[in-house]
Amino acid sequence: MAGLATAFGSGAMTNTIGELEDAKMLFVIGSNTTENHPVIGYRVKMAVKKGAKLIVADPRYIELCDYANIFLQLKPGSNIALLNAMAHVIIKEGLEDKEFINSRTEGFKELKEAVEKYTPEYASKITGLPAEDIVRAARIYGEADAASILYTMGVTQHTTGTKNVMAIANLALLTGNMGKSGAGVNPLRGQNNVQGACDMGALPNVFTGYQRVADDEVRCKFAAAWGTELSAKPGLTVTEMFSGAENKDIRAMYVMGENPFISDPDTAHVAHCMNALDFLVVQDLFMTETAKFADVVLPAVSFAEKEGTFVNTERRIQKVNQALSPRGEARPDWKIIQGIAQKAGFDWNYTCAEDIFQEIVSLTPSYAGVSYDRLGKTGIHWPCPTEIHPGTPVLHMGKFTRGLGRFTAVEHADPAEMPDEEYPFMLTTGRILYHYHTGTMTRRSRGLSEIHKEELMELNPADAAALGLKECDLVNVISRRGSVKTKLKVTNRVPEGVVFMTFHFAETAVNLLTNSQVCPTAKIPELKVCAVRLEKA
Amino acid sequence: MSKVSITINGRAVQVDSGTTILEAAKAAGIDIPTFCHDPELTKAGACRICVVEVAGARNLPASCTTPVAEGMVIETESQRVINSRKTVLKLIWANHPQDCLVCEKTGSCRLQDYSYRYDITGSTYKGERKEIEFDDTNPFFFRDLNKCILCGKCIRKCHEVNGAGAIDFTFRGFDTKVTTAFDVPIEESSCVFCGMCVDICPVGALTPKQGLRQGRSFEVDRVLTTCAYCGCGCTFYLKVSNDKIIGVSPNFEGSLDGHMCVKGRFGWDYIDNDNRLKTPMIKKDGEFVEATWDEALTLVANKFKEVGAQYGADALAGLSSARATNEENYLFQKLFRSLGTNNVDHCARL
Repeated sequence: MAGLATAFGSGAMTNTIGELEDAKMLFVIGSNTTENHPVIGYRVKMAVKKGAKLIVADPRYIELCDYANIFLQLKPGSNIALLNAMAHVIIKEGLEDKEFINSRTEGFKELKEAVEKYTPEYASKITGLPAEDIVRAARIYGEADAASILYTMGVTQHTTGTKNVMAIANLALLTGNMGKSGAGVNPLRGQNNVQGACDMGALPNVFTGYQRVADDEVRCKFAAAWGTELSAKPGLTVTEMFSGAENKDIRAMYVMGENPFISDPDTAHVAHCMNALDFLVVQDLFMTETAKFADVVLPAVSFAEKEGTFVNTERRIQKVNQALSPRGEARPDWKIIQGIAQKAGFDWNYTCAEDIFQEIVSLTPSYAGVSYDRLGKTGIHWPCPTEIHPGTPVLHMGKFTRGLGRFTAVEHADPAEMPDEEYPFMLTTGRILYHYHTGTMTRRSRGLSEIHKEELMELNPADAAALGLKECDLVNVISRRGSVKTKLKVTNRVPEGVVFMTFHFAETAVNLLTNSQVCPTAKIPELKVCAVRLEKA
Repeated sequence: MSKVSITINGRAVQVDSGTTILEAAKAAGIDIPTFCHDPELTKAGACRICVVEVAGARNLPASCTTPVAEGMVIETESQRVINSRKTVLKLIWANHPQDCLVCEKTGSCRLQDYSYRYDITGSTYKGERKEIEFDDTNPFFFRDLNKCILCGKCIRKCHEVNGAGAIDFTFRGFDTKVTTAFDVPIEESSCVFCGMCVDICPVGALTPKQGLRQGRSFEVDRVLTTCAYCGCGCTFYLKVSNDKIIGVSPNFEGSLDGHMCVKGRFGWDYIDNDNRLKTPMIKKDGEFVEATWDEALTLVANKFKEVGAQYGADALAGLSSARATNEENYLFQKLFRSLGTNNVDHCARL
């Protein structure tokens, strides 16, 4: 999101899911769409059937490859080389949108200089792709009247994550694929309300609607509304919180609805940090692996037992309605938080979720025109600044949030940990269709757990043969940080030298292996690449 | 788009040229029965229940595939039309189980609805009946192909919307059935269990395993809400009976046209998993002990204040949640910021 904020002024999906079906060209990079965003995956396939061109860039042969004009099976961690080379070809062949560049962007000269050396041949060496495929992909993207880029964590979960996103933004700016229907730069958010959690200021540097805590005027507004003093110093990110706990800068922590012990990289280190805390509160539906570390566990309710709103990946604010009474003594998260606040001496008296929403609206310009009554059956896209504003499906029409779109020159850098003699495989991680995140919900769902019970690490047949391994064998996967034992699936979905595991299964907790090195800007850990070796168990 | 003037059931209406008779009738508030038609899918014109009478035409055309023409005079419930529909229904009943008393589809079954509408109690045609083995092998839904009327909507949904293309018509004539390539079990096919076939089936051939015997469609409350899994934000109805979810049905009026995936459609039963946390717990001597809300909230608030007083507010940190609502995330950050620290984040990066 930091990458998009730099380029355009706001970090969110620029266009809508609905537009994808009639798109003319789709470039899917680092997104296994049909498994992680199935309903968006349907739209991509429908678009192809209607004649859209599709380029897929991914280290694995994902389902969308069956529909692609070109499949770019690049090496994990080589996104920038590919994207810069596409920009190189587009400029060299005069496919750039000169009028758009002149009127709506800045920094083109720097980009042009930076991508000069990224010839298809040069990028071919880094990415492992045939140079002619890079040229063909650049032409298809560059020649389309409107082209949409979809990406997810395959782009962002790298130490170069923010730069990867900037390289994507560069392509869209170069070809004028911004601020119009069927185009744009579209990060697909992985969780039901990531967009909303960000919008609400569950981030260390901003209040709601990305209003900065360091901005005196903004802080005064919130301080006055809340009747309290507020700190101007931006806080710590997740990864920094854990290292803060380790060195005793952080003493008490409150974890709501997350399971970092399974989801965060280098789990052994996370456990060490959580143990170092004086006091840990965990709020969840279940006794998660993280909750076991807690001093206090607070029972929360599921989405079906409460009211509120979620914001989906296309910035659409939608209603969550209560269908069931809370189970046992469990309470909605908002009631629990209010309970703590009241005990801490704050005068909070919200009687329902809508009370809170009205306060959000009053303090958040991009939500100012939204009310529960207006959400109806289809919801509203923010920004929606007034009560008569219809919402904004497509961002950056006519003008970017930041004024001019900004090119940023970025350079390829290898992942923090590359394979070597001792750890010869690249491990990349992700999700599968039937499970979700750390499996807290899906593994407690009868049908889902029945159809996919356990981890099946993907290994290329050539590598399997070389190691004397076969389907369903048990192997120990070992990195510099830990070891897990998993069952094997021998498949051509992964290329030689790359193995794939999910993070759904606590008994094969892949994040014991992953590297906690982060992107210096966005602080996103490099979950998509670390080095491992395999040993028959 | 040019307009066409037509007359339906004696009413003069104007519709866009290219509109089908079915669409024109719907726009005029006239209901024509359909089995094989779905507005999102390719038109099949297969089931013949939607036939209408067009003045001057020799046959009764299928309204779902016939475009309107200038001056067309249409009757949707003439005696000829009714007789034809009765015949279609009797032909279906000639080879359809009559177990409506226990069929889960009762109340939302089109065969049943149209039989009621046209006063059909069974079939006068006697002949061979299908005997296809009941399929309960996959974890999500039953397939009773003896009830399948071969409308083919499930096939088109699977190919045209999902793209999985797991099922199609196989065999010929009387032996025709909807199944996987080589008739392998559905869980060995390319099926991804989105359940969209189940929701579009007009009869009881496909039945979710969840919620069996827990409520007819007309006995349940339907609560519109938003899925709690990925960021697509599909909206759907939770079907509720006796304070339990017994199923999910799509929101066809939502922005995503009622499309669903396996997690949203079938993955909600964790809600009543036996291991749900039901009371607050406080760890004492390494073991969790049940506590009252008052004890737990007081302890948490006091600890946060103690830590703040002793080490400063920046010794507190909170991880909010991309799973929780906006309102909850808002209060979470408000709590930490009110305590004096901006140490608030969530797992957007994972």
